[in-house]
Amino acid sequence: MNWLAGFFGDAGHWSGPDGIPARLLEHLEFSAAAFFVAALIAVPLGMLIGHTGRGALLVVVAANAARALPTLGLLVLVVLLAGVGTVLPVLIPLVVLAIPPILVNTYEGVRGVDADLRDAAYGMGLRGRQVLFQTLIPVALPLILLGLRLAAIQVVSTATIAAFVGLGGLGRFIIDGLATKTYADVIGGAVLVAALALAVQFVFVLLDRVAVSPGVRRVR
Amino acid sequence: MSEEPLIRWDWIARNWANGSPTAISVLLENHVVTAFLPVLLGLIVAVPLGLACVRWRWLYQPTAALMNVTYSLPSLVLFSIFLSITGLTRSTVVIPLTFFALAILIPAVVDGLASVPDSVRQSAVAMGFRPARRLLLVELPVAVPVVLAGLRVATVSSISLVSVGALIGQGGLGNLFIDGWQRQFYTPIVVGIVLIVVLAVLADGLLVLAQRLLTPWSRARRTT
Repeated sequence: MNWLAGFFGDAGHWSGPDGIPARLLEHLEFSAAAFFVAALIAVPLGMLIGHTGRGALLVVVAANAARALPTLGLLVLVVLLAGVGTVLPVLIPLVVLAIPPILVNTYEGVRGVDADLRDAAYGMGLRGRQVLFQTLIPVALPLILLGLRLAAIQVVSTATIAAFVGLGGLGRFIIDGLATKTYADVIGGAVLVAALALAVQFVFVLLDRVAVSPGVRRVR
Repeated sequence: MSEEPLIRWDWIARNWANGSPTAISVLLENHVVTAFLPVLLGLIVAVPLGLACVRWRWLYQPTAALMNVTYSLPSLVLFSIFLSITGLTRSTVVIPLTFFALAILIPAVVDGLASVPDSVRQSAVAMGFRPARRLLLVELPVAVPVVLAGLRVATVSSISLVSVGALIGQGGLGNLFIDGWQRQFYTPIVVGIVLIVVLAVLADGLLVLAQRLLTPWSRARRTT
């Protein structure tokens, strides 16, 4: 606890380019960028695969590979191959790791919609695209949001590790603290990242409350 | 750097088992122990806890919420926090990974027991099984497929998460990533990634095999 007081009580930690506010902002910027790119790729792709049923094998392979791939190794390899210096290479593994949870859950959500419901929508005269947007997506929304939440948390935690290959953000406190054996910084950084991860979790719980249709939620 | 090949086989041959503490085979052994210990400990804790959650329903909500929170914490964060308690030892990686395994295994045990059809349970009662024997001989075996599905997820994630422990010097094959980064040398990184993925696929395959052996009836039913 003394370490925490030392870390958060130090005025030097609250200003400047390596202060907590600046690091937090960096962390949010990288995470948001990677998250949105991944979502832009994976959500439409998952919907397409779930709706048409084509390419389901891709989803299975992506799901398994994502769990087995070591984050740190991927980060180090991609950054070494692409060259250090800019931020862009670090974003590649973040995006790659965020895609599978979104893809898998979007696919599962759209594909798992009750067949009766889908037939009823067609029976009421909706076309393929209308069925997807007016029936399948609203019903699949809880699972799609779950995928997005898992991806967001994955991105926030991987961005922490990415400090090792030179990315800024809150991971810097942990990585630099470990390198210089300043354990107060390590613990302080860890607490900050934990708070950020929980905040992300909380935002998605709220989003779920707001966005999911009450009728869908009752069935769950 | 561009002439540097992605893999230098002679480096692998020289470093596979050269007697040093950073030989690939030593790291592999370390990795296996550090990855499987949490899953084993997690299973030992999750079965009684899961049973308790089924027996006393009110326990499940808070347990699930707590596990959900734990699971959302980055592994490096938990490693760092335990670093101040257990120091630079293997426990610093094993204890947090045990929590991650628990977060997957407790719901798996609860869902597994919930998946036992009521007709099966009642047949057991009608045949004169007492609660303890019914649990051990009927309900747990029927729950095996769901529990094993959770065990597969827990095992594969544990194998890949151990490598993050390299940042605090306890990462098994993950140390190859640090080594490769510091020397700007691709081969150890590629070797590390490939060995970890192979290890995960092997472990997953063994668990699928275990499921076939443990639940012969599920296969017999499919063929009839």
